[in-house]
Amino acid sequence: MEPVVDARGLGRDFVRTTGPLLRRRRERVNAVHDVTFSVAPGEIVGYLGPNGAGKSTTMKMLTGVLTPTRGRLRVCGLEPARHRTRLAARVGVVFGQRTTLWWDLPLRDSLALTRHLYRVDAATHSARLAELVDLLDLGPFLGTPVRQLSLGQRMRGDLAAALLHDPGLLVLDEPTIGLDVVSKSAIRGFLLRRNAERGTTILLTTHDLGDVERLCRRVVVIDHGRLVFDGGLDGLRATAPTPRVLVVDLAAPADPVEVAGARTVRVEGPRQWLELSANPAEVIAALSRSHAVADLTLREPGIEDVVARLYARGRGAEAPAPGGTAD
Amino acid sequence: MRVFCAVFALGLRRHSTYRAATLSAIVVNCVFGVVNALVLLAVFDARPRINGYTAADAVTQVFVAQALIGVTAIFGPPLDVGGRVRDGSVAADLLRPVDPLLWWLAQDLGRAVFGLLVRSVPTFASGAVLFALPLPADPLRWAVLLASAVLAALVGFGLRHLYALSAFWLGDSRGVESVGWLLGPFCSGMLLPLTLFPDAAAAVLRLLPWAALVQVPAEVFLGRADAAGGLLHQALWAAALLALGAVLGSRARRRVVVQGG
Amino acid sequence: MVDRVLVPYALLVWAWCRAAAQYPVSLMLLTLALLGAIGSELVALLFVFGHTEALGGFTLAEALLVYGLAVTSFRTADLLLGNIERLGEHIRDGSFDVMLVRPVAPLVQLATDGFSLRRVGAVVPGVVALAVGLASAGVAWTAGRVAVLAVLLASGTALCCAVWLAGACLQFFVAEARQLAHSVTYGGQALTEYPLSIYPRAVVRAVTFVVPLAFVSYQPALYLLDRPDPLGLWPGLRHLCPAVAVLGCVLAALAWRAGLRHYRSTGS
Repeated sequence: MEPVVDARGLGRDFVRTTGPLLRRRRERVNAVHDVTFSVAPGEIVGYLGPNGAGKSTTMKMLTGVLTPTRGRLRVCGLEPARHRTRLAARVGVVFGQRTTLWWDLPLRDSLALTRHLYRVDAATHSARLAELVDLLDLGPFLGTPVRQLSLGQRMRGDLAAALLHDPGLLVLDEPTIGLDVVSKSAIRGFLLRRNAERGTTILLTTHDLGDVERLCRRVVVIDHGRLVFDGGLDGLRATAPTPRVLVVDLAAPADPVEVAGARTVRVEGPRQWLELSANPAEVIAALSRSHAVADLTLREPGIEDVVARLYARGRGAEAPAPGGTAD
Repeated sequence: MRVFCAVFALGLRRHSTYRAATLSAIVVNCVFGVVNALVLLAVFDARPRINGYTAADAVTQVFVAQALIGVTAIFGPPLDVGGRVRDGSVAADLLRPVDPLLWWLAQDLGRAVFGLLVRSVPTFASGAVLFALPLPADPLRWAVLLASAVLAALVGFGLRHLYALSAFWLGDSRGVESVGWLLGPFCSGMLLPLTLFPDAAAAVLRLLPWAALVQVPAEVFLGRADAAGGLLHQALWAAALLALGAVLGSRARRRVVVQGG
Repeated sequence: MVDRVLVPYALLVWAWCRAAAQYPVSLMLLTLALLGAIGSELVALLFVFGHTEALGGFTLAEALLVYGLAVTSFRTADLLLGNIERLGEHIRDGSFDVMLVRPVAPLVQLATDGFSLRRVGAVVPGVVALAVGLASAGVAWTAGRVAVLAVLLASGTALCCAVWLAGACLQFFVAEARQLAHSVTYGGQALTEYPLSIYPRAVVRAVTFVVPLAFVSYQPALYLLDRPDPLGLWPGLRHLCPAVAVLGCVLAALAWRAGLRHYRSTGS
């Protein structure tokens, strides 16, 4: 099947003028370099990267806001730079940091305006709106001006606006940024359901690894403008092997323990953190022989640890590591 | 007093960061000044002397007016007193150890003085050069103009403060402010010098506070009116507007405190 | 063109008007205030003619015609397109990108964003002046002349729209251009409210051949009054008003496209 997003050798340069007024220098900055990936219909893909990595630039190119400097890009079969308005009718976009709604108008009016912009006919609109109001629980604040909404409410409003025209692709730029735990959970649940019921392809950029763990079966990691990983979450762990950590509560504070197959990385009173390089059972047995242990916990590396390790490798990784089970 | 000076300096510094905007403002003021001046020159071509004014007088008033736009804030910006009530930040105002009116006044004077130095002078100078205006050599006249400009700033503040206070009773000050922006240029002699108005209209408008914004400074500078009388008119209106503002302001704040904002 | 520009424009304007109609008193007051503000300029013109029979060879009635044409065209253009001057604001806070992501031309979205019906108030004094001027200036009325008046008003409005658009385009390149553009748009309008024959030659030439606002009020007035030009410019100019308007619109549209292309290829 035709991929929803097909990027090959995508590149984008910026020219930056720097320096004081009389001695301006122009330098070419490579914001995105040779990025190649594709997204199949129905996938949920996370697009990760540290700040300034080129995530927003890529998203802007995908939506046609920015024209690429190099490479080939097709979204929903169209070239975004040339067919921006046609593409816009097939894609829903949510910007996390900037609302797509109108600030001074009530949410209801914003959605009505959006409907006109996307030329959705009245009957279809009222049915879809009712469904979205129900699923996103917009009812209580439909009449409130957008500027008075909380961040979580506004984000739900933005999602509704993005889905009013039933797009095949939903692009989300940091959708859960700044939200409280409950709101994040609600939005993630909604997105999963949408993808499951309608097959809407979802591409989201995020810093929140909770989003990634809950939503994405596949992640694409970009760093300094280059693709450093493309695959499933298991593959991500395999790429940047991160040791498990044994958290030990000793009976009394002691010097950092020295046990074969473990490395003490942190000590706080009676609690010590040990990075494991050997079988945990052996380490625990050895530890129990030499120390009085009150309690212990075995921690799997979280995605944060894996990605942090990946970022720290920086420009070192050239080719994208093959994923474990890429969907 | 020290607090007053500190707030004044704050007002000055806040506005000094908007350099590009100031430059554009000077250009726009000059353009409008030139257009107004050319129209008036055509009028005085037909009648060289109108109610005691010559062509040079009229053009001088045009550029005094343009120079004072920034100082008197005759086109705004409005004070956001009303807005601060609506979003509750007025609470912060009430907690300061300074009378709110003085706080706003000090900030605004900082803004006005900055405008006077950076905007008014180049605007007036451009006009004087372009139209070869005969300027008085007597330094006393210039001192009077400066004093009059400061008083005009006070009157301008007084008016804007009252416009903004209307938000407490009307919910929104935009309507009152729009009317203010309509009355300001017309009644102050900025759109057209009051000297060219029909006698009856001019006589009435001369008594009103808006005349203190442009017409009075222009006339005392040109020596067409008694300097002491003009400055007194400005001072009286400034005092009256500020006093009224103080009374209404405290009443409004009491209302806010009682009702809980 | 109709389907992709006019229909979205109309729909959006309608939606904005409905939103504003929820506060009818405020809308009425603001409209009246704006009407008064513009009307005060008209009053100033009347006062001016209290001191002289003619200005630049134009009588009061003829001057009212010039004023009426200038204000009606300019304020109608402001009503239709005025909000596009907020382009710089939108670029700065990222909402222009939001417009680019929607399936409607960003220019249509810019023009309708925050559409303010109260600007109708500003057109009223212009229409009044126009009506009075036409009635008392001794214009020989025929069906043809009425049609010509309609054409001249339309072309004047189109020309003002073109100047507005060109001014707004500057903000793609220079962030602070909004206020500077005012010296051309509002400044030009203030200039052309009065008959151009009162101004020095250099000014007249600038307003006829550089930023052709003379074709909004002065030249059309000469045509309607069927009188010789006190400036002595070529009499054929007055027949060129619609052509100048079309040319202006084409140039402004090209400037817009260039600006948009620039924005999309440099990022902000």
